[in-house]
Amino acid sequence: MSKKNINHTCNKTVRRRTFLKGAALGLTSLALPYGNADAGVWESFFQKHFHQMNKDELKTVIARLESEYKEEYGKDFNIKSTKPIDGVKYGYGLDLSRCIGCRRCVYGCVEENNQSRDPQIHWISVLEFEKGERWVNVFEEATKYYNPGKVPEEGHFYMPVQCQQCENPPCVKVCPTKATWQERDGITVVDYNWCIGCRYCMAACPYGARRFNWAAPQVAREEINTETHYLGNRPRYNGVVEKCTFCIQRTREEPGRYPACVEVCPVGARKFGNLLDPESEIRYSIEHKRVFRLKEDLNTSPKFYYFFAT
Amino acid sequence: MVISNHPRYGLFRVRPFLFTIFFLTLIFNLLLITNVSAADVPDFFVPPPPFSEDIFPCSECHADLEVNEEHRELDFHEDIKLKHAEEQRWCLDCHNPADRDKLRLANGQTISFETSYNLCGQCHGTIFRDWKAGVHGTRTGFWNGKKQYRLCVHCHNPHNPRFKPIEPLPPPIRPDELKYTKSEDDQIPRNPLTSNYKAERKDVKEKH
Repeated sequence: MSKKNINHTCNKTVRRRTFLKGAALGLTSLALPYGNADAGVWESFFQKHFHQMNKDELKTVIARLESEYKEEYGKDFNIKSTKPIDGVKYGYGLDLSRCIGCRRCVYGCVEENNQSRDPQIHWISVLEFEKGERWVNVFEEATKYYNPGKVPEEGHFYMPVQCQQCENPPCVKVCPTKATWQERDGITVVDYNWCIGCRYCMAACPYGARRFNWAAPQVAREEINTETHYLGNRPRYNGVVEKCTFCIQRTREEPGRYPACVEVCPVGARKFGNLLDPESEIRYSIEHKRVFRLKEDLNTSPKFYYFFAT
Repeated sequence: MVISNHPRYGLFRVRPFLFTIFFLTLIFNLLLITNVSAADVPDFFVPPPPFSEDIFPCSECHADLEVNEEHRELDFHEDIKLKHAEEQRWCLDCHNPADRDKLRLANGQTISFETSYNLCGQCHGTIFRDWKAGVHGTRTGFWNGKKQYRLCVHCHNPHNPRFKPIEPLPPPIRPDELKYTKSEDDQIPRNPLTSNYKAERKDVKEKH
């Protein structure tokens, strides 16, 4: 059949391509939220990707979110979108010879970062090992459900695990919507408005550091932290993934505060600073102490350094 | 290869003076680092020493008391049971008998309670070094700005410095026990990081 013939036939009837286009448009219109079609729903539906928004667009989005949160929690929220500081790459140090497994960090984090209280979400898991057990790369023998009257327990040691802020993050590679990425200062962040909840990133993370909102997160009004960052601790939604951001809303300031877990630790086991600054605490720890990183053989290159200070 | 033509050896030959200066500076720097002195303590905010209520100034009572060096059960300070190399030491090795409101270093120098880290640093040199670098002990404040240090005695009881075991906060809920109930605001579980714990450290936090 010649080309001419095909054209001739198609001109007479509805072309296949036109039909499909029409059908797609029609179906899309069905999927649009007619029921509660206020401006916010439309705006969030057509919100651009974080990297494609200009300043004004981001401002509009943040204003919308602030009013949404105000409606839900009855409080004025401040959502920052602070950019990374030049010449800064954040690094974290954790002194295993000090940690006593008291879980203050777990709940200090919950308080700062607005994790859901019900269903419960924790960004930090404190693992308990028996002395002499295989560890470092084998977590199977560890428990995070230990609950003795007092810690540290005789014959045990503790290793808190949270997002290791890999330089080569496998979670970012697998995200089908580019809803999670690594920022210039080394923090891997999630845009909760772009996350579709496929949980590929959770499967990819070798440290089990990502958490999923299986239901609409619930935080009491009196406990919600209203000082937030768009890529950090702002309230999340049902069906999105979240993770530790090194307290982006605190650390990305000049001067920047320490992450909440650093400040709350009663034994001073947690250290934080700029990896590019030779004078920083974190560089001192790396250069003077016995340091290791978790599952180094996976080539994820974490910026979370465990060390032994004594 | 002729050694004197090698650039490195050549440099040595041409500028021995420069190298002497360099090595002298290096040695001087090393001396500075290893020297345990108040001078190299970073100028960061350290809160006042955590005295028990109404205990300071010590001279209030001690001015009229006779100095007693005997290793004994203390009658006024009955809460103090020395457990810190007590075989080798007693009160006046650290407290200054002449001026009770001061502490005393091993060389006889007196220091204030505000700079008690110099006293601890006499034995715990490596810890002192880490503390100054910001690696030993709790830090609050700003990672790229003013940091708040604590004295050794804010965390360690100087008479019994080893940490006592503490109660852990509750373990996470196991996935199979995770239940979701849509609750009213007052029924949502509260964060167990108690206000008690925060109050304990309030003195330090408020002074940012």
